[in-house]
Amino acid sequence: MVEKLKNLISRCYLGLILLFLYAPILVLIVLSFNNSRSRVQWGGFTLDWYSRLFSNRQIMEALSTTLTLAFSSALIATVIGVLGALGIHAMRRKNYQLVMVCTNIPLLNADIVTGIALMLWFVNFMPLGYGSVLLAHITFNIPYVILSVMPKIRQMNLSLYEAARDLGANAVYAFFKIILPQLAGGIVAGFFMAFTMSMDDFVITYFTKGAGVNTLSTMIYGEIRKGIKPEMYALSTIIFVFVFLVLLAVNYLPDRKGKAKKERVKG
Amino acid sequence: MNKLKGINKRSWLSTPYLIWIIGFTVIPMAVIFRYALSSPEGGFTLANVAAIADPVHLKAVIFSLEIAVGCTLICILLSYPLVLALRRLNLGKRGFALFVLILPMWMNFILRVLAWQMILSNNGILNLLLQKIGLEPVALANSGVAIMIGVVYDYLPYMVLPIFNAVSEIDEDIIDAAKDLGAGGFTIFRKIIFPLSVPGLLSGIVMVFVPSMTSFVISDILGGGKLQLIGNIIEQEFTKSMNWYLGSGLSVSLMIFVLISMAFTMRNDMEGKGSAIW
Repeated sequence: MVEKLKNLISRCYLGLILLFLYAPILVLIVLSFNNSRSRVQWGGFTLDWYSRLFSNRQIMEALSTTLTLAFSSALIATVIGVLGALGIHAMRRKNYQLVMVCTNIPLLNADIVTGIALMLWFVNFMPLGYGSVLLAHITFNIPYVILSVMPKIRQMNLSLYEAARDLGANAVYAFFKIILPQLAGGIVAGFFMAFTMSMDDFVITYFTKGAGVNTLSTMIYGEIRKGIKPEMYALSTIIFVFVFLVLLAVNYLPDRKGKAKKERVKG
Repeated sequence: MNKLKGINKRSWLSTPYLIWIIGFTVIPMAVIFRYALSSPEGGFTLANVAAIADPVHLKAVIFSLEIAVGCTLICILLSYPLVLALRRLNLGKRGFALFVLILPMWMNFILRVLAWQMILSNNGILNLLLQKIGLEPVALANSGVAIMIGVVYDYLPYMVLPIFNAVSEIDEDIIDAAKDLGAGGFTIFRKIIFPLSVPGLLSGIVMVFVPSMTSFVISDILGGGKLQLIGNIIEQEFTKSMNWYLGSGLSVSLMIFVLISMAFTMRNDMEGKGSAIW
């Protein structure tokens, strides 16, 4: 009886937190179907914003900037980060600690300070634009890659690499055949972490972007005073539902779990 | 030694990263310090950094500290029952917690804050609901409370996840043993769960305190432009007043809080955070 009551309380509490976390998202989704430009009045159900979305050139441009930026910054950060982590791991203790402190700087520093510092530096040698935003995103993405790859490197079995070399594999071949597969989980996690952070960033982009370039975040920020275009709600709903389905598939498809378990048994 | 075929001499692999750290982490920090410590005419000065003690700025710093301390405490108080509830309902497995907490990040951050503005505004959704059930409307729009709700909303996942990770690593046998020895629920929490969750709690504090103190978008939208955090003042120095020297000075003096955070993390590994979800 007491156990049941405790379960009930736990369930209610979880429900309240979920309500808190998802209430604003629900509001935005409802607004994407609202047949009125007003944010407070319900003007009936419509799919208009969804059809207009794709002919809105500004939004499509900001979307493509955001996506290419997230993809290329995550990719470059992953390459530099994985090599960096492998190298750092082999360093002596003193150097290792020094580099890890530097790695933590963009992670722990206030976004506004990171953004401003990068902007003050960039203006010395390049125009602010897509390039400077890309450099900034790579900079704050690398630590996420390093932090998710490092534990895998610690668990890695180095003897396998040595065995491969002894059996005649050259360094590059052994790297791709032995090292990379062992780190794959951490690398994929790091890449997607970086991608998410880049998509969600506003502050650092805002300070390093200059005029003329907009990501979805900076575009929305610029529209606050004039009023957000309802197409934006539609786009956000599409992105949200898409990611929801992908995460659902990745986390809950029975197939993958079975495979993962088998691999664990083998390993 | 030659048999090792260089795998232990592979620190050269980090060369691109070291160049990156110097080029885009160390030098930018040096540049912001240089601006902070020089006057627009070019001489050395401490005035920009000391400007944090100026009454207008100090007021913003104190308000920022109130928000950050309040946000951190509320996040802690909300996180523990949540972590315990997830554990009790056996939802800890299969990434449910991560899934539910990370997913909102995929709705654009600024849109989510704007949605809170719509919920909390004087003729907004919350007051509409309150009136429907016969309660008095509340005036939360453009208040410190609204900003607090916004920062707690935005940073709660960063507190829950590390605590959750620490708690889910606790061996069930320890808890069973305590139960067998007659410990009640509260004793188990006080003697086992809480002490073992401290590393997670510390990284949670690090991930929540500085960001909630320095955010400027949330206070801009939910504070109606009247309530200023120190982040708002710095932002305006760069976008409106165009005084880069003063803006840098204020940023540098903010870094004292970042340094305190870093001291926390030194003793506490940040590795592997967030990787479980993918």
